[in-house]
Amino acid sequence: MIANTVEVDPSDRVDPLDRTVEELVAQRPKTLSEIDTHYCPGCMHGVAHRLVAEVIDELNIRERTIGVAPVGCSVFAYNYFECDFAVAAHGRAPAMATGLKRVMPDKVIFTYQGDGDLASIGSAEILHAAARGENITVVFVNNAVYGMTGGQMAPTTLVGMKTTSSPYGRDLKMSGAPLKMSELIAQIDGVAFVSRRSLHSPAEIRKAKKAIRRAFEMQLNGQGFSMVELLSSCPTNWDMKPVEALRWIETRMVPVFPLGDFKNSVPKNSVRGV
Amino acid sequence: MPKQLLKGNEAIAEAAIRAGVDAYFGYPITPQTELLEYMAKRMPELGRAFVQAESEVAAINMVYGAACAGKRAMTSSSSPGVSLMQEGLSYIAGSEVPVVLVDVMRGGPGLGNIAPSQADYFQMVKSAGHGDFKPIVLAPATVQEAIDLTGLAFDLAEKYRTIVTLLLDGTLGQMMEPAELPPMRPMPAEMPAWALTGAAGRKKNSILSFRMEAEDLEAHNLHLQQKLAVIADEEVRTYEYMLDDAELIVVGFGTAGRVSQTAVKQARQKGIKVGLLRPITLSPFPDRRLSQLADEARGFLVVEMNAGQMVEDVRLSVGGQAPVKFYGRMGGVVPMPDEILASIARLDQATTKAPPTYKIEGPLVPLTKAHEVTR
Ligand SMILES: Cc1ncc(C[n+]2csc(CCOP(=O)(O)OP(=O)(O)O)c2C)c(N)n1
Ligand code: SF4
Ligand SMILES: [Mg+2]
Repeated sequence: MIANTVEVDPSDRVDPLDRTVEELVAQRPKTLSEIDTHYCPGCMHGVAHRLVAEVIDELNIRERTIGVAPVGCSVFAYNYFECDFAVAAHGRAPAMATGLKRVMPDKVIFTYQGDGDLASIGSAEILHAAARGENITVVFVNNAVYGMTGGQMAPTTLVGMKTTSSPYGRDLKMSGAPLKMSELIAQIDGVAFVSRRSLHSPAEIRKAKKAIRRAFEMQLNGQGFSMVELLSSCPTNWDMKPVEALRWIETRMVPVFPLGDFKNSVPKNSVRGV
Repeated sequence: MPKQLLKGNEAIAEAAIRAGVDAYFGYPITPQTELLEYMAKRMPELGRAFVQAESEVAAINMVYGAACAGKRAMTSSSSPGVSLMQEGLSYIAGSEVPVVLVDVMRGGPGLGNIAPSQADYFQMVKSAGHGDFKPIVLAPATVQEAIDLTGLAFDLAEKYRTIVTLLLDGTLGQMMEPAELPPMRPMPAEMPAWALTGAAGRKKNSILSFRMEAEDLEAHNLHLQQKLAVIADEEVRTYEYMLDDAELIVVGFGTAGRVSQTAVKQARQKGIKVGLLRPITLSPFPDRRLSQLADEARGFLVVEMNAGQMVEDVRLSVGGQAPVKFYGRMGGVVPMPDEILASIARLDQATTKAPPTYKIEGPLVPLTKAHEVTR
């Protein structure tokens, strides 16, 4: 929502010698556009974008990948990825991706969706895309709120969590418990891969990237529906500092949304860039 | 190709296949289901895409996706299902991708019934979704016309990058008539430059319906309106019957227009100088043609299978130059020729001082069996 040009305090600068080789050689992935994003400082949408872009680069599929953006803070994803993109109606990205994939089975189709988009208004579309075993990849960014509209309660909001539409904290009796989409979708036949990962630390981010890669590989192998849920932060609407927000993911969200692979089909073959 | 006995819904499906439809997505609803079932059989046979979606909401968004790939995509539904599609239609209109929709209307409001109706003229012509947009709306009255307009629908959709709706009622969808199908068209080898086919050797393409800045969105709206103005200039189509010396003009579309033609013929036999204008394009509406006819005409009678919807457009077109009367049946009732004939006679008497030289016989009890009208 606000430009993320963050002023870096010189005292925060890391001595290059303290950096890992990986960090030093990391460049902007080809699949990521060279423009500043509009995400708030500390928002993990940008990291999620980068992971997806790196995987697309590594698999060398940028020229045949089509993304479908949701309605939510990442509605602008089309602007940040250097590949073809459509912007769906709120929640309908899996249906749109179905249309794209069915007429272009040789192309790589992925959706990028928030938790309001995927778990609330688009719950039917995601479940049925999964049930059809639609050979698409879904990147599901769960930040436990409706970020774009200013922090209302989402289906994934934790019990007791205060949002602008649950000012007394999410009440179990009034609004039920958070919806665990990964667990739900893993039950469905035709689903090849479902994993929930978190973006709260470098180690978890690396695991998240592996899961995203695995998900795209499933699609490249024609193995069916794949989804990676990423626990992400919304410092702005959680009213926290970025680091505090990451800690909150770890201490509050992870216990409710456990990390791991919920479905992991044996890969048909390992994909090495096609 | 010789004439065959074809059912409306199936004829439209086969016509779409021959027009080169790449992908069909739909959800069952009477009186349209045969179209979906026909596609379920034929599309896989031809190696083309078919999905029975989980809802009309999903179906239209699948169509949206396939259309973004530059492929010929369509869906079909009936009134309650079309209500669910309106969100998607609006996004499609904003994104300017070509899409064909077949709306086989039934009685409403709500679940209404499955009988033929024209209750959704407003929905499709005036308000196919939120935001300022209009699809092209084609209204066939015979199975042959439905076939021909299906081919035209794909051409217009691609030419103007717009939604084209075939708006018909359950009578035509369910009716069997002899008709001729066109030959199979070759599929296009190349996709349009705007399509999402992967950014290989070119800049990336994006398809979206939003513009954050008010000025940008206004510019986009102006562009859409300019396109509509061109469509209004180029694409109006009407079917006209005995209008040359007509003093009274009956206006009706689809089945109502077809039944009206029988009534006009009967009225002519009684010496009433009446003709028929049956709009084939409801959007763009033949307003200029009606205005032209209004210069000479004594009066207009609009016949619809609703409470009076298109009549508003006829009144706007006629602009007070002549009286515009309305006769309609609702809830799935199809008007009979004798009812329309009686209305023509009333209009004739109301617009002339001379005593009538003819007599209309019998009580005007309407029949309700739609199929009896169309056989
Ligand atoms: C049909 C419809 N209903 C409501 C909205 C308003 N709206 C825009 S974004 C959004 C919620 C987005 O939340 P989420 O999917 O969690 O994405 P985030 O912004 O948190 O990344 C809502 C309700 C809309 N655009 N369309
Ligand atoms: S509102 Fe939340 S989700 Fe949206 S950009 Fe800001 S931090 Fe990210
Ligand atoms: Mg969210």
